[in-house]
Amino acid sequence: MTVTEDKSVAERSMGLGLRWLNRLAGSDLLDRIRIRKGVERALFNTTKNGFRSATAAGRTFKAAQKLGKPARQATGKPRNLFDVTPDDEQQMFQEAVREFAAAKVRPAALAADADRSTAAELLAQTNELGVNMLGVPEELGGVMHEQAAVTAVLVGEALAHGDMGVAYAALAPGAVATAIGHWGTAEQEATYLPAFTGEDVPAAALAILEPRPLFDPLNLETKARRDGGDWVIDGVKSLVARASECELFVVAAETEDGPALFVVESGASGLSVEDEPAMGLRPASTGRLILDGARVPAGALMSEGGREAYVECVARARVAWCGLAVGTAQAVLDYVIPYVNDRVAFGEPVSNRQGVAFAVSDIGIETDGMRLATYRAASRADQGEGFSREAALARRLCAAKGMKIGSDGVQLLGGHGFVKEHPVERWYRDLRAAGVMEGALLA
Amino acid sequence: MINLEIPKKFRPLVSQANQVATEVFRPISRKYDEAEHEYPKELDMLASLIDGMNEGSDIGGAGAAGVRRESNGDGGGGNRNGSNLSTVLGIIELCWGDVGLLLSMPRQGLGNSAIASVASDEQLERYGGKWAAMAITEPEAGSDSASIRTTAELDGDEYVLNGEKIFVTSGDRADLIVVWATLDRSQGRAAIKSFIVERDNPGLKLDRLEHKLGIRASDTANFTLQDCRVPKEALLGSSDVEDKQGFGGAMQTFDNTRPLVAAMAVGVARASLEETRERLAEAGVEIDYTAPALSQHAAAARYLEMEADYEAARLLTLHAAWMADNGKPNSLQA
Repeated sequence: MTVTEDKSVAERSMGLGLRWLNRLAGSDLLDRIRIRKGVERALFNTTKNGFRSATAAGRTFKAAQKLGKPARQATGKPRNLFDVTPDDEQQMFQEAVREFAAAKVRPAALAADADRSTAAELLAQTNELGVNMLGVPEELGGVMHEQAAVTAVLVGEALAHGDMGVAYAALAPGAVATAIGHWGTAEQEATYLPAFTGEDVPAAALAILEPRPLFDPLNLETKARRDGGDWVIDGVKSLVARASECELFVVAAETEDGPALFVVESGASGLSVEDEPAMGLRPASTGRLILDGARVPAGALMSEGGREAYVECVARARVAWCGLAVGTAQAVLDYVIPYVNDRVAFGEPVSNRQGVAFAVSDIGIETDGMRLATYRAASRADQGEGFSREAALARRLCAAKGMKIGSDGVQLLGGHGFVKEHPVERWYRDLRAAGVMEGALLA
Repeated sequence: MINLEIPKKFRPLVSQANQVATEVFRPISRKYDEAEHEYPKELDMLASLIDGMNEGSDIGGAGAAGVRRESNGDGGGGNRNGSNLSTVLGIIELCWGDVGLLLSMPRQGLGNSAIASVASDEQLERYGGKWAAMAITEPEAGSDSASIRTTAELDGDEYVLNGEKIFVTSGDRADLIVVWATLDRSQGRAAIKSFIVERDNPGLKLDRLEHKLGIRASDTANFTLQDCRVPKEALLGSSDVEDKQGFGGAMQTFDNTRPLVAAMAVGVARASLEETRERLAEAGVEIDYTAPALSQHAAAARYLEMEADYEAARLLTLHAAWMADNGKPNSLQA
């Protein structure tokens, strides 16, 4: 399927919807994996929406329905065979996002990087693909029956192939939805999740990272203490996507009982944001969230799972960032291969030089390794297996190899790699983020 | 459905191979590292044991049972986990024990793999149960297998082989050597064929055994072939020079066997990591998978880096083998 620039987004969405429908209607896939209702709903949403130019700030979140206990996505059944092929549903998602990334995200990336902002329209279009509701349980309007870390990784990878900064800006709200869907109380789910399945998804951020050297997510300086019936939180969070637009935060803070996550609405007292321009991820308009005696009600605490849940949250975030790093690393590879084959020096393509050819194949090998390690961690998560080790190894790979790939991408283009005419310098800056970021996205 | 864990059906195999590595290989690993070129006689019993197990048991060795490509492709056949993957998993475990000893397993040579993969029924009958080494490399041609110089000339009912072969793993100990030779150098790859030469053929002269840095338990032989006569029936596969399948087929065998070599490295790497981790623990350094690497002990950070590289290498190897099992072209990944 090719995408032409002159097609409107609505048409494109229609095209997508019909494609999904065509492909799915005749098969028993939906019934087999029990998502027919959800996908039909997604199709309905995809086709009925136009796109919005702006979001309203500071909406009031109200519990729409009352659930007795929190709804949770099930973990998948253990899978017997070794397999590197995404299932049909995942391939559909992947294809849709890939295409969108090529047609819409990549062309917008240079300007978004320069402006330190992603156009609201582009964010809305991305959201229309359903990327921010992967962690929402079906009972609350989600489309995924089971946990969807692999799908989230595939989506992140595909989107970051377009641009990592735009991907961060677009996927950040989904992290909040996933956090609430996994660890939130019934009340929190009923209050906040419906907003993430609609057409007007709020800017939202999962804020774990703090601005200090050697930050350790298990050693938070942000503290939460009880005060009467409330929680009072003090601390600073760093590199928050679209901080000034956010209507909702999930904030990690240390309590007497260890690290915990809190749902904090942007209207809470004692909150402010500050611009924090960074080397990469510039389309995400990164900022700091300052909590100075921020006061939230007792119900803001996500009580599910305690420390274990928080550790899982940290690991899921790392896996998600790995997915983005894989996408951007692949973008580097896809860009340098034609370049080194076309670029002539000393009478022949530079790729005839081993120094060049080996560097390119190393990028290919490392990208594959990063991808497999990331998929393994995500797949274990979906099957309900422990995945801390796998997440740590994937992150270590993506941090070290990702930075090398970014650097080699610049080097292979020589002087041209250093200037903004080519995207490799941007990818170099973004790939450094994958080794630094904590929280912010979730697989 | 993405799943990168060891498939359930191969777990017994992995555990068997691990027992062999633990109980047989490791106790004699140092002995034969020091006693280079001495035949590890302990392996005879193991080989009989393996022969006695159900035929084509995957824990065999370096893919000696043959790794044939599956041709069902993606055409709806669904996902397959077959002999390529199981062999890789077995080798990882055995090489966690000792690589040199794996390469020394009687009747588990690379030549056996070639015979198992392409031999006719008569050849299988005739050469079954024997130990076959593989002779490809020459002093002037290694990885560039297409430019080998050893010649084969038809003389009546026999082929006459002339040339020099080096780096023949198990060349001294094997019963048979599968020798690559060209029927006509001017015809390039298509004319390259493989021939089964009995080890006691008078035209096959052992020049020397190499002294090596590692895999010392395994003998590495250099041969001269001087008017070495073999029956016409010793040619493996088709004798037709026009048949372009020959060389391509051989290279395809490499696509299947390269992951096996990678698996050897993966096995040793895991052994090293485990050893390192134990030593570090003794020194009071624990590895923490949740804390950032850079806020841990430098040795722990380095360990995490090594383990991450190991994880990537391991998954790349399994991926390449899985592609072979599923008939996907895997030259690149291999």
